[in-house]
Order: sequence, then C-alpha cells, then structure tokens
Amino acid sequence: MNNDTAQKSKKTTFMNTSDRTSTPPIEVHDLTVAYDQKPVLWDIDFELPDGSLTAIVGPNGAGKSTLIKAAMGLIPASSGYTLIYGKPLDKQRQLVAYVPQRESVDWNFPISVMDVVLMGRYPHLRLFQRPRRADREIAMSVLAEMGMDAYHSRQISQLSGGQQQRVFLARALAQDASIYLLDEPLAGVDAATEEVIFNKMKELRDVNRTVVVVHHDLQSVPGNFDRAMLLNLRMIACGPVEEAFTDENLQKTYGGRLNILSQMVEESRHQRFVRESDN
Amino acid sequence: METLIEFFSLQDPNIRYVLAGTILLGVSAGALGCFAILRRRALVGDAVAHAILPGVCLAFIFAGGKDPFMLILGAFFFGLLSMVTMDFISRNSRIAPDASIGMVLSVFFGLGVVLLTFIQTTGYVDQSGLDDFLFGQAAAMVGDDVLVFGGLSALILIVTIIVFKELKLVSFDPSFAQSIGYPVKRMEFLLALLMVLVITAGIQAVGVVLMASMLIIPAAAARYWTDSLRVMLLIAAGVGALSGVTGSFISYTAPAMPTGPWMVVSAAFVFFLSFLLAPGRGEIARYFQKRKLSRRVACENILKTLYSMEEEDGKTDRVRPGKELRKRRHLTRSMMKKVLSSLLRRKLITYYGGTPDGYLLTSAGRKEAKRLVRVHRLWEQYLSQHLQIAEDHVHEDAESMEHLITSEIEAQLRDSLGSPELDPHKSRIPYETDESDPPGGAAEDHSKKGKRKGGAS
Repeated sequence: MNNDTAQKSKKTTFMNTSDRTSTPPIEVHDLTVAYDQKPVLWDIDFELPDGSLTAIVGPNGAGKSTLIKAAMGLIPASSGYTLIYGKPLDKQRQLVAYVPQRESVDWNFPISVMDVVLMGRYPHLRLFQRPRRADREIAMSVLAEMGMDAYHSRQISQLSGGQQQRVFLARALAQDASIYLLDEPLAGVDAATEEVIFNKMKELRDVNRTVVVVHHDLQSVPGNFDRAMLLNLRMIACGPVEEAFTDENLQKTYGGRLNILSQMVEESRHQRFVRESDN
Repeated sequence: METLIEFFSLQDPNIRYVLAGTILLGVSAGALGCFAILRRRALVGDAVAHAILPGVCLAFIFAGGKDPFMLILGAFFFGLLSMVTMDFISRNSRIAPDASIGMVLSVFFGLGVVLLTFIQTTGYVDQSGLDDFLFGQAAAMVGDDVLVFGGLSALILIVTIIVFKELKLVSFDPSFAQSIGYPVKRMEFLLALLMVLVITAGIQAVGVVLMASMLIIPAAAARYWTDSLRVMLLIAAGVGALSGVTGSFISYTAPAMPTGPWMVVSAAFVFFLSFLLAPGRGEIARYFQKRKLSRRVACENILKTLYSMEEEDGKTDRVRPGKELRKRRHLTRSMMKKVLSSLLRRKLITYYGGTPDGYLLTSAGRKEAKRLVRVHRLWEQYLSQHLQIAEDHVHEDAESMEHLITSEIEAQLRDSLGSPELDPHKSRIPYETDESDPPGGAAEDHSKKGKRKGGAS
C-alpha cells in the first residue's frame, strides 16, 4: 500500500544520504500558530534528515509542544504546512508516529496496557476492523522491547509514570513508522525508564528512522542527541548539536527569561533580608 | 405476587412488546452512556434530554396528536439543535461549558413547557399521552410505538458495537487518533448523534426529565466492577435492561405511576450496591483496606520503636514496658492492644510476664525491624543525596515511605547509593548481613538523637 512505496522511497534516500536533492523525511514550512490573535510560534522552517535524533529545547512556553502538534495538524496553524517525504502530511500519516504528553490522557480510563498498544496498530487496520492475531503479536513484542511485556494485562492506572511513558512509546513502536515525534517522553520518569527510552530512540535512529523529541533537560542534550532545535516562539537555531547547541544560542533562547528569574531570586532574597532585619 | 407471575409469564403480548422495548432501550442507553461518562459529557446528555421537549410538543401540534415518527423527528431535531447550540456557545464566547449547558437546558425546556401549556389550554390537538413524555409511561406504548422506539434502540446498539474500537480510541486519546488520520471530528459527531438518538428513543418509556440518568447511572455503576471497557459496556447494558424491566413492571401494576422515576430508582439501587460492595473499589472494601494499612503501619512502628530502644542502650534482652511503647508512638490504648496481640500472634515479639513486665523483639521481629529502619535510612540518604533535600527535612517523608518501599525499590535504592553505611543523620544503616545486634547505630553522633521525634530514624 501507500506505506510500502514510502518505505521504499525511504530506503532510496538512505542509499543516497550524500545526495543533497533527496527528499527529507520531514519538512515544515512557514509554520505560524496563534492563540486568540497572540502568536505563539513565528514562521518556523526546518527539515530533518533520515537517521537523526533531534531534541527540541526551549524555556517553558516557548512553543515546543505547540510546534509538533501544529506540524502534525492537531491544532490549527495560521499558516504553514508539513511535508513527509515530499508529500502532504495527510497522505503520509501512516509514516509518522506521534507520542502525546503523558498528562494528555485520562489514565483511569478502563483499558489495559495491551489495548493501548494495540491502538498503535489501528493505522494498519481498516475502519471497524478488529485487531488480528498478528497485531497482538506485534504489540507483545514491542511491549517486550520496552520491558513492559509482563504488564500487558494491567489496567493503565496501575502503572507508574515511567511505565505509562513506556506504554506510550510501545504504542508508537507498534505503528512501525519512519518518523517519531515525541512530546516530553522523559518528563518525570525514573532513571531506568529514561535509559530504556534513550536507548530505544538511539536504536530507532540507527535503523534510519527520524526521531524528534521535545526535551526539557539541557544537560543531556550533548551526548544523547545528534541535532538540536532551539526554540523560543521563533526558531533560534536548528542543526547538529555542536553547531546549534552553543552558549551563544542558548543565551539567545533562555537569556531574557534567565535574567528575569535571577532578578526574582534577588528580589526575594532582598525581601527576606528586609523582613528579618525588621524583627 | 399474582401480578408478578402474570407479568413475567408474558401471556399478554403487549407486555412482551413493551418489555422488549424497554430492555432494548436500557441496554443501548447503558452501553452508550459509558462513552458519555468517560468523555465527561454526562451533563450534555441531560441538557439534550430536556431540550427535546419542544420537539415533542411541536410533533403533537403538526401531527394533530401522537405519532411516533413525527415524535422522533421533532425530538431528534431539537436534541441536535441543543447540542449544536451548546457547542456554538462554548466555541464562540467566553462562557464556560457548564454555564452554556445549564443555559441550553433551561431555555429549551422552558420553551417546551410553554408549548405544552399552549397545547393543553387551546385544545386544538388530541393531547392524550402528551403528559407521559415528561416522566415516561412505558405501559402507554402500543404496537407502533414499540416497533419504532425499540427499533431505534436496536439500531443504536448495533452501531455502537460496530464502531466500538473507534469510539474507544477517540474517547481515550483523541489527539493520537487525529495523528493517525482518524476522522475524529466525524467520530465525535457520530457519538453525539447516537446520544441524541438514544435519548429520543427513551422519551416515551422514561420521559425527557429523567432520560439522562439512564445514560449516566448504569455506566457509573458498571465502572465499579471492572477495568475493561468492554466489560463495563456489558454490565451497564445489563443494569439498563434490569431498570427497563422494573420500569415496565411498575407501569403495569400501578398504571397511574410514571415509569421513568422507577427506572431511575432501580438503576440507582444497583449503583448504591456497587458503591458499597464492589470488590476493591467499593466503600466497604476500601474501608477494610484502609484499616489494614493503618494496622500494618502501627505494627511496623512498634517494631521500629523496640529496635530503636535497643539501639539506644545497646541491650537486646531488656524488656520494654508497654506503657513506654505507647507513649513513644502516641497510640490509643485499644489500638495498642490490637497491635501488640497481632505482633505476638505473628511471633515478632514476645511477652515477658515478670517485673517489670514488657515486650522483647524475637529474632524474626528484629529482622523485620531492621528492614524497616534500613529502608527508612536508605530513603533519607536517597533524598539528601539525589534530591539535595536538607537532612533535617528528610525524616518526616521517610516515616511514611518506609511502609511502602518494596524489596524491589529497596534494591534499587541500594544500587543507586552503593549500600552506604550511614544515613544523613550519621546513623548506621543496618543490613541483613550485619551480625551485631543491635548494630550500635548511634555510635557516631549521640547529640543529634535527641532532636528526632519517636522511633528509629
């Protein structure tokens, strides 16, 4: 089907990585998003190559999640469009796996771990078609890859935060996509889960998938990611970590806010000093 | 009793029809209601049910009397209109959803009551049976009604089963559904449509005022018994069917009695039973869980206290008076009694009856006490080392965590800390291999001991 041709086209790009004219797996053009007239993302342009692992970083409210949501067409954009292997996103959705923030769903919903992971197989099923045995087998094997196979029949509310995140990632793996967009997969997870997730992301990159991760921990960017996208309402920099993730760019991305924050800290110290001297 | 037998022998064909109709209605409303409550749209259902009244009245006016097809048409139109209105208001204004729901409910229902009074006072149209649409009258359903309303319920049920997988996905994670290209908007519209239809199907048997409860109560009751959406739908459908049967029965035995309230009462009865009795989630089960936990915590605290007394004076053979234990742990006399007898029964402590009389840790008890003190101190160490929490802040947290830390977590703590010797207060962390009893924990720093509240820390 559609999927197969795209898989092939991906292989071709893989073979011609040096070829500049090959179509990139994901391109975003002129993306602008506004909530109630207030722009939250300004004119974002980027493309990412096959076999890359990119971290999107920026301060709170910089529009990191908004960027991948808008790129996936989940929230309306004022302008801009996304191409997947050179074709409009809506024709290529099978190639993209999106992992929403863990908090975006109700974890008390009455379904099991297996049910959630099977949802990753829905793109491979027709509307109203029930998951087949092969889909269950795939779901089991991706759960095993995330170290969660023992939990397949658990209700999702019985999982820890890290386990929930692993289940979400397993669902994305079950999609068997070429591009993975992950929204804060490492937020609030335990060390063991962090390791499992980092390893899985690198593994995906090594089999030539394109992985994009909204990330909050600056320290773990060098050494784990090969590309960085610095974002603060607009694109500050996007490229290989050693080129984009520089002190200067970080200053541009976080600078203003850091100043305000340090001012606040100063202010609170000052006030405490005043109060104490009053006593 | 006679009426009961007469009713359930199903001799009267009309009873059979009506029963079939109300059961179908209960089943489809119960099943669909699960999606309504999981998507937190229960109140919307209530608003739609009330908003249907003007449609019913207009159907009477246009048809010049009761006509099931016109009724469905009118009710469906107004149900949909109310839903679109609510959506429009919350989309295009700053009015919060609850306010827009309340507004639509009362305005539409008010309009319905105006029309109802208009029909009753002018007497243009044959108004027999119009009152029944407020609170329902199952027994008033005749051949055509049953066929139309029952058929509608059956249709809703079949559609719900066919699109179950899609409804599940859209209800659980709509943004993921959208990301894989599912027609989320259309699925949501279909769900809204089904909801309006099932409410429409219920206007004759249950009535507009209480129809929403047939969506909400069976589903809410079902949630108590299962963690599987499929099973939840089945149970809700069963509860709905049961209420249908009760409603029809009442309708036959007490014809002046409206059916809707009785359906609601019987569904609510099942809900109440679920609320109390459901395993795990029911109030009774939770009460016992809570009590068990607080007992366990109290037991563990006594073990720890005995251990810390051994640590303080280095003597494992000195009896500890019950009074002092109670003073240190602030337990009531009756709780103390229960805790001590439980510990004695499990052979974790022994009682020494001489003078002074008191209690001693057994070796099994000391092992358990050691484990508790160990996880407590490991946790303190973890907090101060990994989370940089000041050492005078870690004790309170460890006091509650020590009862929850499993051996698996303990192993992880030890791994990440490298089995440290001392906790942040410089007390020895007692490991299983540690042979000295007690391990003289306070040797390093006696001065700090006094500051700590109760128990070993």
